[in-house]
Amino acid sequence: MSEAATLDEQLEAFVGQSSGPATKGRYPVNAPMIHHWVEAMGDHNPVYEDDEAARAAGFPSIIAPPTMLQAWVMRGLRTSAHAEAARERGEAAATTANDQVMSLLDQAGYTSVVATNCDQHYERPLVPGDELEVTSIIDSVSGEKKTGLGIGRFLTNRLEFRDQQGDVVATMLFRILKFKPGTGASRPAPEPEAAPRPLRPRPALTQDNSFFFEGAKQGKLLIQRCTACGALRHPPRPACASCRSFEWDTVESSGKGTIFSFVVNHYPQVPAFDYPLVVALIELEEGTRLIANVGGITPETVEIGMAVEARFEDFDPELSLPVFYPATA
Amino acid sequence: MSGASHAFAGTTAIAGIGATEFSKESGRSELHLAVESVDLALRDAGIEPSEVDGLVTYSSDTNPEIDIARSLGMGELTFFSRIHYGGGAGCGTIQQAALAVQAGVADVVVCYRAFNERSGNRFGAGVQGRAPIANAETAHFAWYAPQGLLTPAQWVAMAAQRYMHVTGATSEDLGRVAVADRKHAATNPKAWFYEKPITLEEHQASRWIVEPLHLLDCCQETDGGQAIVVTSLERARDLNKAPAIIQAAAQGAGPNQEMMTTYYNDDLTGLGEMSSVARQLWETSGLTPADIQTAVIYDHFTPYVLTQLEELGFCGKGEAKDFVKDGNIELGGGLPINTHGGQLGEAYLHGMNGIAEGVRQVRGESVNQVDDVEHVLVTSGTGVPTSGLILGVDR
Repeated sequence: MSEAATLDEQLEAFVGQSSGPATKGRYPVNAPMIHHWVEAMGDHNPVYEDDEAARAAGFPSIIAPPTMLQAWVMRGLRTSAHAEAARERGEAAATTANDQVMSLLDQAGYTSVVATNCDQHYERPLVPGDELEVTSIIDSVSGEKKTGLGIGRFLTNRLEFRDQQGDVVATMLFRILKFKPGTGASRPAPEPEAAPRPLRPRPALTQDNSFFFEGAKQGKLLIQRCTACGALRHPPRPACASCRSFEWDTVESSGKGTIFSFVVNHYPQVPAFDYPLVVALIELEEGTRLIANVGGITPETVEIGMAVEARFEDFDPELSLPVFYPATA
Repeated sequence: MSGASHAFAGTTAIAGIGATEFSKESGRSELHLAVESVDLALRDAGIEPSEVDGLVTYSSDTNPEIDIARSLGMGELTFFSRIHYGGGAGCGTIQQAALAVQAGVADVVVCYRAFNERSGNRFGAGVQGRAPIANAETAHFAWYAPQGLLTPAQWVAMAAQRYMHVTGATSEDLGRVAVADRKHAATNPKAWFYEKPITLEEHQASRWIVEPLHLLDCCQETDGGQAIVVTSLERARDLNKAPAIIQAAAQGAGPNQEMMTTYYNDDLTGLGEMSSVARQLWETSGLTPADIQTAVIYDHFTPYVLTQLEELGFCGKGEAKDFVKDGNIELGGGLPINTHGGQLGEAYLHGMNGIAEGVRQVRGESVNQVDDVEHVLVTSGTGVPTSGLILGVDR
């Protein structure tokens, strides 16, 4: 006898058994809970809220929305929490048939679960004052099925809702699929990819300053130079403050300099940067100063006067900047 | 600019002050705050809105002059002007008003500043979200923002590190400014930090925002509005309150000035903009630092309070670290500063609340009144083109 057949037989043995103890509703059917429900659902059929409208429709009083059926016998948050706590203390309640079926399915590898469908059949409308009790039997356990979610078995419970007279007022078939994870046609949802890191703030580029950023893309640290008097200037400007010439070109810096001042940024933390972030005012050996990041060193060891040299870093395809590292020689 | 003698100096006065409460969430529009503060300032002066013919604010203010005028029924305006450069504008608005009044362009000018700087647009968030539409103002940030230097605290810290390196000032020396401010705020019911003084140890233990600045080196963020009424001294003498005479008012930008990042002069230990303002204030008023009984020194961040004290000549270059010791800048000391609690303690109103405190000291109305006040010096935001003011008692 194959193992699958054994499982089939084991499962079949539970069909028709009571799934678990009967559950009594915490409260009789009542108007306040009905009101909460219709407000939450936005279903304002007057027969749920207005006695007169209900009588005009042929009911003795307001009636409960039929789909509230399960709400009347739910255990409530506190009871559920108590049961959970009891389980954690190892005080497991008597194992029900439903528990045993679930456990068998788990052991056979059908460890995932999804509720698939629920059919309700109503014998009569529920009215305030009705007291419900629900019993449940295991209606069926299917053979192994191949589904979109994976290979699994359907487990169906049949629930009967009875009133204070013991009459059946509604029945419900509730079906779940227990399946083997990762065996379905639809792959498990891919791990959400880490959001791409936001880019560093963009420099606003004008005819006055874009040469610097173009140079940086080519690994060059460029300084603006007045072609009339030779004065170097940074940040760039349209005219020379020394001789008033508007003519200029650029020279390439050696990239060697010293730290003139620096800060260690802690807050606010902008996602484009790593913190603590060292930003320094570098005095280049050519005499101009510029703001740049410092690399290859911890914040605690940065000092004013430290000799540094530039390397270029491409932060993204549009932005390259010099980053200064402790001088090697 | 040289041999300065300003015609408005001594002939114009502040006649009214008004402010909303200072909060972290005003629950009303910036315009509402502006109108409310202007209304209160006019009531303080005893001037009807219909008599106002001039309005001045900051270019960074979001409340148009014409909306203020319409809200309060001011009628015709003959003078409106705005001052640029953020918190540097403060005393500059008073100078604009005084110039207009002295020149006969307007009779009553109200200066105002109102914002929801805490619940709305927070300056401390930095310029990261700014769309780089290319012009000279945005291109400026190309040298700082891509490198991660994004906030006012960070821009100031760069200069502070150098200042501390050169002068030997320590974080504790910066902390003494915060302690003085918070001591004064603690006895000012209008201050956000009313009854909440701090110790130097608490300053030192507060978290880093940007080294070398701790959290308690940084001013708070505030929702609120403040307005100041300027008119002629002659007119002011007939109004509700004793006039606060405008003895001097000046604007200044230094050599190679940048907006918060003047990093390219030989020396990174001074404030060229305040040097310019100081020279004009002393020249036009004929006063000296010894004539000042109390001062409101713009305190967005503590380091520039030290630098300003030096630029204004209250002490020598590099000596502020000693000047602020032993409670010298606290009530009862040689030069009590920021007796309202400053922007660290009372509120961050872009310095306008400091001008109001100067007026209260001149009137003898401060909750932390300094004895025998004759002259009060008030400064505006530094690190940017700035302004300053000397107010005097009418004798």
